[in-house]
Amino acid sequence: MDAIVDFFRVYQTTIGVIGINALLALSVWLTLYAGQLTLGNAAFMAVGAYGSALLGMRVGVPFPVGLALGAALSAVLALPLGFAVFRLRGVYLAIATIGFGEVVRVVLLTLPFTGKALGLNGIPPITELWHIYLSLAIVAYVLWRVQHSTVGRAWAAIREDEIAAASQGIAVRRYKLAAFVAGAALAAWAGGLSAHLNFSIEPGDFGFTRAVQILVFAVVGGTPSVAGPILGATLLTALPEILRPLKEYRDIFAGLILMGVIIYLPRGLVTLAELRKTRRLHEIGAADVA
Amino acid sequence: MLLECDRISKRFGGVHAVAEVDLAIAPGQVFGLIGPNGAGKTTLVNLISGHLRVDSGAIRFAGADVTGLAPHALTTRGIARTFQGVRLFKGLTVLENVLVGRHARMRSDLLRRLWPRGTPDRADRGRAGQLLDRLALGRPDALAGGLAYGDQRRLEIARALASEPRLLILDEPAAGMNPPESARLRELMRALVAEGLTIVLIEHDVRLVMGTCERVAVLNFGRKIAEGTPSEIQASPAVREAYLGSEDAA
Repeated sequence: MDAIVDFFRVYQTTIGVIGINALLALSVWLTLYAGQLTLGNAAFMAVGAYGSALLGMRVGVPFPVGLALGAALSAVLALPLGFAVFRLRGVYLAIATIGFGEVVRVVLLTLPFTGKALGLNGIPPITELWHIYLSLAIVAYVLWRVQHSTVGRAWAAIREDEIAAASQGIAVRRYKLAAFVAGAALAAWAGGLSAHLNFSIEPGDFGFTRAVQILVFAVVGGTPSVAGPILGATLLTALPEILRPLKEYRDIFAGLILMGVIIYLPRGLVTLAELRKTRRLHEIGAADVA
Repeated sequence: MLLECDRISKRFGGVHAVAEVDLAIAPGQVFGLIGPNGAGKTTLVNLISGHLRVDSGAIRFAGADVTGLAPHALTTRGIARTFQGVRLFKGLTVLENVLVGRHARMRSDLLRRLWPRGTPDRADRGRAGQLLDRLALGRPDALAGGLAYGDQRRLEIARALASEPRLLILDEPAAGMNPPESARLRELMRALVAEGLTIVLIEHDVRLVMGTCERVAVLNFGRKIAEGTPSEIQASPAVREAYLGSEDAA
């Protein structure tokens, strides 16, 4: 019992960061599930982090209200942005959203009230682990149910074939926009939690590296199901801790593991079980029946 | 008239893909659209289904002007189609494909889904299952991409029928089907028309068109060069020269 308590005390921050990263991975999963590759979620995270921290510190808004307002602000920004960029597809869409991320970062560096390059310091650390994990539980449940709703099916259809999806009566543009806006709000919520978990935030925390990291969580974990991004975020966040005994070789091994997963499980870690099943079916020569 | 095209045109660069085509399709029939390769048949279908916008002219469906409406809006109004070369949602199951086809007829069940034990789409799943039976498609849980080609074609028709259309556009549905499959397709079309559906059939297989359609229009170089009953079309010298003649020689 004491061992468990000790474990939580030592790794409290890591456990918190895992939960926040899982929320971020789910935020990008929303657009990936609809077949859209966007890299703007680090910027939306920044909007939530700065928004909720500033509202709390300067205006005295209660924590949950600040989180909600940050998420709402992010959604409001995502709407016109999505309208503009969803003419684009694939790598062009990704680049356009990276551009948006850079704009947000530069704005945070210039505005008079965001602390410029120094960022914000002295943010009250009021995020508790249960805040993070309650959010994660609710979000994971809702997304899991949404997957099997008319909306989830419409997203999957758009991912599979946009032209055919439009022919089934799906308003493609509107559904893509909904996924994007929901993802932006979720990323901002995670950003707010993260800002109040640490003592300080600065624009550099929400740059291109962070955007790619969020994407990697989701892709390595696997986008076919809601469990994938959570699994990916957990493993990749915990990996540096697990590999600590390797000392300076740690990053090399982390990189190799990442490559291994992508090469052998291109659809993500969640497909591991599926893979074993198909292999067994191959053995009995029944793979094309399944 | 269920569908009326009034001098519609579409250009790609300097090419008149569709030039001032008039069409009037009465309800409750199979209307054939034939023409040599590159005659503009698929472009015409894309204009009617909203995937392309007309440069000029007007389209009326069930008495309302629908020129320039998006594909999803036209599906909601009752136009469904299949694609030349099949466009299924390959990563979804057979049943899911048909359920997506019902999208226009389903209310959003997003909120009702949040209730843990809710299966708000049970009735829709039932109807989708009936369509699969009708099209002789077993294995509702198989991935659509893994089906044999003929099955994929029939699944695409099932998906189109799921939206409860008034007008069904079939773009070369018999391509890749063997003779018994194509005979069953003809029976299916007759049965659907008997239930009140109107079908536009784009087809290369002249025999299928002539044996199934009440009226046939012939396109060549984007223009309508003839329209009439199958026997009138077969007797027309212009058609013979543009299409049937060359086909016979081959």
